[in-house]
Amino acid sequence: MMRLPRLRYVAPRTIREAAAALADAGPEGALLAGGTDLLPNMKRRQQVPRILIGLRGVQGLRVRELGEAARLGAGLTLSEMLRDAALCAAYPGLRRAVASISTPPLRNMGTLGGNLCLDTRCNYYNQSLEWRKAIDFCLKKDGTICWVAPASPRCWAVSSSDMAPLMVALGARVTLQSAQGERELAAEALYVDDGIAYLSRRPDEVLTDVVLPPHAGLRCTYLKLRRRGAFDFPVLSVAAALRLDGDHGDAPVREARLVLGAVGSHPVLAAEAGALLVGRPLSEEAIREAAEAAARLAKPLDNTDYALGWRKRMAGPLIAAALRELRGDGPPPHGELARAGVRGRPSGAC
Amino acid sequence: MLTQDRAVQDEPAVRRKCLIGLTVNGEPQEVAFFPEKTLLEVLREDLGLTGTKHGCELGECGACAVLLDGQPVLSCLVLGLECQGREVLTVEGLANGPELHPLQAALADLGGTQCGYCTPGILCVALALLRDNPAPTRAEIAEALSGNLCRCTGYHQILDAVQEAARRMAGGQP
Repeated sequence: MMRLPRLRYVAPRTIREAAAALADAGPEGALLAGGTDLLPNMKRRQQVPRILIGLRGVQGLRVRELGEAARLGAGLTLSEMLRDAALCAAYPGLRRAVASISTPPLRNMGTLGGNLCLDTRCNYYNQSLEWRKAIDFCLKKDGTICWVAPASPRCWAVSSSDMAPLMVALGARVTLQSAQGERELAAEALYVDDGIAYLSRRPDEVLTDVVLPPHAGLRCTYLKLRRRGAFDFPVLSVAAALRLDGDHGDAPVREARLVLGAVGSHPVLAAEAGALLVGRPLSEEAIREAAEAAARLAKPLDNTDYALGWRKRMAGPLIAAALRELRGDGPPPHGELARAGVRGRPSGAC
Repeated sequence: MLTQDRAVQDEPAVRRKCLIGLTVNGEPQEVAFFPEKTLLEVLREDLGLTGTKHGCELGECGACAVLLDGQPVLSCLVLGLECQGREVLTVEGLANGPELHPLQAALADLGGTQCGYCTPGILCVALALLRDNPAPTRAEIAEALSGNLCRCTGYHQILDAVQEAARRMAGGQP
């Protein structure tokens, strides 16, 4: 049996108390929201906090406001967002991303904030203590070498959150609160390209809420590549958000943000690819150029499911599929792989 | 020294258990356990309710699913301490005395259970589904049960059984 390590549990009632408890606990402390990421990691001794600060009873983390824009508390469960028909209609990409996360029981537990702060993942890290000990521990936990890139001085664990690329594409803003006060930053500034220090959140800060941009005229979508239709984390994902100069899909693009997920230690914003689309309608030519430019940023390593080369080759087709959907072609048929031009089982996959 | 070793070394020799109150299958209970215990461990080891199965322990199989305040959750990833004052329903709470719940009867009748290890979790998830959606489509059943792995049946009989249970619960003859 894999049991949790011994721990002490603290149950603050307010965000201020939670921030104070986190500051008091120092490096021994961790915030516990839904527990669906932290507790498995603790069972495998990837993370071993001795003090868990439970956010369950904290007031003010479950805000849900929808007007011209939306404000979502970090403590909302993924299921709560999915059941909010108005929210899902206003941000269809949000609905798609949330619905793609893990499984229904885990969505009843996991939270928006938890998914945004999801620990980075790697084939050499998400293993039992015995497994990791047997090959000698990796750089991310207890070791000195990155097993996926042994010559590298850094950790290459993969950003595997579904909400992160979506929120970066939307240009959402997140609020962080500590005992010293609060600060707001763009979602993309929450992430750092490092498998270990993957968040700019300071250790004493609590992620409290996320503000989405106005939804009028916004087109957004999310496509995710993975082996199974449930459970699995993305091995590649694309979040796209754009606004057109007009109501029809053939109007010129005013603003476009394309983001790749699970190709590095942070969500990768393809700014140049987005800029290539501005001022042009979403023609096949424009889509191809943008997809090629964005796909060049996909530099996955061999540390997730599926063959590395195939994951890289899929980036372009997946981006193109997302843009065609936003043009108004309708959602990709079941299994976005078919839409992305993939036939049968990818070579090299096991 | 590895952090996991240090955590154990620094603990005092005598540890205090925590006491919580919760409702399990309609009965108010008080139970004491160490703070790191999961709901799954509390149910099986401290309350003697071994119907809830202990599978992967990591949220990857669904064998330990129970209803917590009416919602399917994986009891292996819920801290027991976070269940203070809450309602838990496990597979033991489904039958009415000797009379099986229609979902249990349909699973048995249609071969929806073979080795039976995934069955308690599937029953709890299906129960919540039929409560919220008394006449689900096959796709809706498959979606609701997408977090429950079964390595025996191939799933078809399970989907058949949930559909059949829905029909029986709506007043159809068994």
